[in-house]
Amino acid sequence: MTSQSTGGVRTTPPAPQKIKSVTGTRKTVAVVFLLPALVLLGALVVYPIGYSVVRSLFDQSGDSFVGLDNYTELFTDDGILTAIKNNAIWVILAPTVATALGLIFAVLTERIRWGTAFKLIVFMPMAISMLAAGIIFRLVYEQDPNRGVANAVWVGVHDTFNESSAFPKAHPGPRSPLKPAGGGAFITRDPVRAGDPVALPLVGVAPDQMPDDAAKAAKAKADPGKVTGTTWQDFTRGKGVGTRGGVDASEFGYPGMKVEAVKDGKVVASTRAGPDGVFTLPASADGAQLRLPEANFREPYNGVQWLGPSLITPAIIGSYVWMWAGFAMVLIAAGLASVPRELMEAARVDGASEWQVFRRITVPLLAPVLAVVAVTLMINVLKIFDLVFIIAPGSVQDDANVLALQLYRSAFSEGQPGIATAIAVLLFLLVIPVMLFNMRRLRREVRR
Amino acid sequence: MTAQTQEETPAAEPAGPAEVAVARPSFAARAAAFAAGGAMRVFLVVVALFWLMPTVGLLLSSLRDPADIAATGWWKVLTEPSQITFESYSKLLETEAITDSLLNTVMITLPATVLVVVIGSLAGYAFAWMEFPGRDWWFLAVVGLLVVPVQVALLPIAELFGDIGLFGSISGVVLFHVAFGLPFAIFLLRNFFAEIPRELLEAARLDGAGELRLFARVVMPLGGPAIAALGIFQFLWVWNDMLIALVFAKPENQPITVALQTQVRQFGNNVDVLGPGAFISMVIPLVVFFAFQRQFVSGVMAGAVK
Repeated sequence: MTSQSTGGVRTTPPAPQKIKSVTGTRKTVAVVFLLPALVLLGALVVYPIGYSVVRSLFDQSGDSFVGLDNYTELFTDDGILTAIKNNAIWVILAPTVATALGLIFAVLTERIRWGTAFKLIVFMPMAISMLAAGIIFRLVYEQDPNRGVANAVWVGVHDTFNESSAFPKAHPGPRSPLKPAGGGAFITRDPVRAGDPVALPLVGVAPDQMPDDAAKAAKAKADPGKVTGTTWQDFTRGKGVGTRGGVDASEFGYPGMKVEAVKDGKVVASTRAGPDGVFTLPASADGAQLRLPEANFREPYNGVQWLGPSLITPAIIGSYVWMWAGFAMVLIAAGLASVPRELMEAARVDGASEWQVFRRITVPLLAPVLAVVAVTLMINVLKIFDLVFIIAPGSVQDDANVLALQLYRSAFSEGQPGIATAIAVLLFLLVIPVMLFNMRRLRREVRR
Repeated sequence: MTAQTQEETPAAEPAGPAEVAVARPSFAARAAAFAAGGAMRVFLVVVALFWLMPTVGLLLSSLRDPADIAATGWWKVLTEPSQITFESYSKLLETEAITDSLLNTVMITLPATVLVVVIGSLAGYAFAWMEFPGRDWWFLAVVGLLVVPVQVALLPIAELFGDIGLFGSISGVVLFHVAFGLPFAIFLLRNFFAEIPRELLEAARLDGAGELRLFARVVMPLGGPAIAALGIFQFLWVWNDMLIALVFAKPENQPITVALQTQVRQFGNNVDVLGPGAFISMVIPLVVFFAFQRQFVSGVMAGAVK
């Protein structure tokens, strides 16, 4: 949304035939009108280009001519190569995803009454600074699932499909009837008998980590036809208080603890403990060993390291897409409004499915608009700086490096003006095709 | 697109001649279209919520106590609205560094916007209606500058400003913004001014208006819509800039974006500063955005397709 960034590709309104001065202006007046603009453009935009080209051919101190050495350095230095590689990922991925989403949103909202409200929501991030967007996404990507919403959702989905455990730290105390069964599970030393309540005491869960629904542990009632028992936190605060292996008044059950009855390595029955830690297994469990499977004690899944070295670039691209999909959407929607309806209607009458209409008619007709949007975004992405600077934590900034960031570092913190200006020239060279394209098209129109 | 089928179906009964030809879709087909339309609506609602969530998350975080932020996610507020407090905001607004930087943002943004509009209008008018040798080539050259990345100029201009004593000053930041805003301004305004009917200008001329009068009394008022679009565009661009101020403004002249940026390094411990800070910096752009949506969009459009 910057004036520079949208400079991608433009069309002029048809220029009036050979505009003649209405005023018969003297040239001096024209000079007065143009001077402020030309001085500023010359000194602050054109001069730096020339300066950069020359400066990039000298060494870091600026004393001796080194030819293209700085440019060779760009393609041999590992850090800068990472920046070039990341820039390539950015330029390919970000415009494609943003344009595709913009297309989908524009097409879907076209006939919806609240389409405008939807567009406003998606377009809104365009109005805020990249700094604010960076801060917003820093929070989204926080590692702790209790703070960052990305991981909260991710962990939520993960835990829906994989059992989460409530008791990662629980383990048998000394002289417990339970022994490790390998793989993190625990099993009773002896087979259990129906009608003889079993005690499965564990320790090690911090009081504030206990599940909210844990209730005071209760002794299981004997039931001749069933195997009953209690699994609970066998720990009472204070030295020598409470009986080891026995349910005391202040002790809590392990709600939801999974209990399996195992005979000859096979699970014959399984159940979960209630809030008071009491569980009941059918008579078939008689003579089996009781096992508390590993799932009960698994460390909680902590989500994805969005801001770690491997995911940092896609993560930041995600925040960019969040900001710029609205831009693509608005431009594509405008293009869509000028697409002739008759073609689509005719195709529908001929029995084309919505998908075919979209694929064979809408997209080809929109191709010029899509190209303009993608090119504009590419130019914009080429010089991406703020989002990377803000979102990437210091420790992974090298992994997230992009050309504009490297330029900033080389110029202002690493004291390498030769490298910095070489990067500047490289960036400039990359936008020259678009520059020429703009000028050529405009020349045709101005001359018409 | 699916919505369309759904909405058109009922029209098949007393329809115009065009629709009579269409066979009335079977019940199954209509049910399928209705389901697809419903699914699409649900999808769009989900997307809209998804798009809002990051901003809402930071907003709610900024309204919580640092202790609460450290303990639980912002979504806890949805079930415990009593957590909401404006403490972080009032604390931040009492911090001199923040209020000063807000003031700096204004001091940079206003002149940078006004100057671009004025200088751009003068040049745009000259390119549209004055005659001088090589006019179209000059204009073409300006259009060529549209895509020059600001990064190219950072180091050279830092040295130039250093030499002439502008480095670190607000004027330096303003001048840089003006220079890089000009190509777009001139491009937009020249094209708009060129559409002004010749008769209007000639009539004013016959009334004896001089060049400056003509510009101020006829061209500028007629250019209103384009000037509004440009002004809003430039305003948001300068207000939201961080990089240029980061390079050219010394600490006491830094705008809010740069002031907040220095806090980001210890993100985890600073959410209570960064959250409210980000929102304070966003208030004005969002107000401008919602108040002038149409102009903003037309500025965006002028920037890309017509």
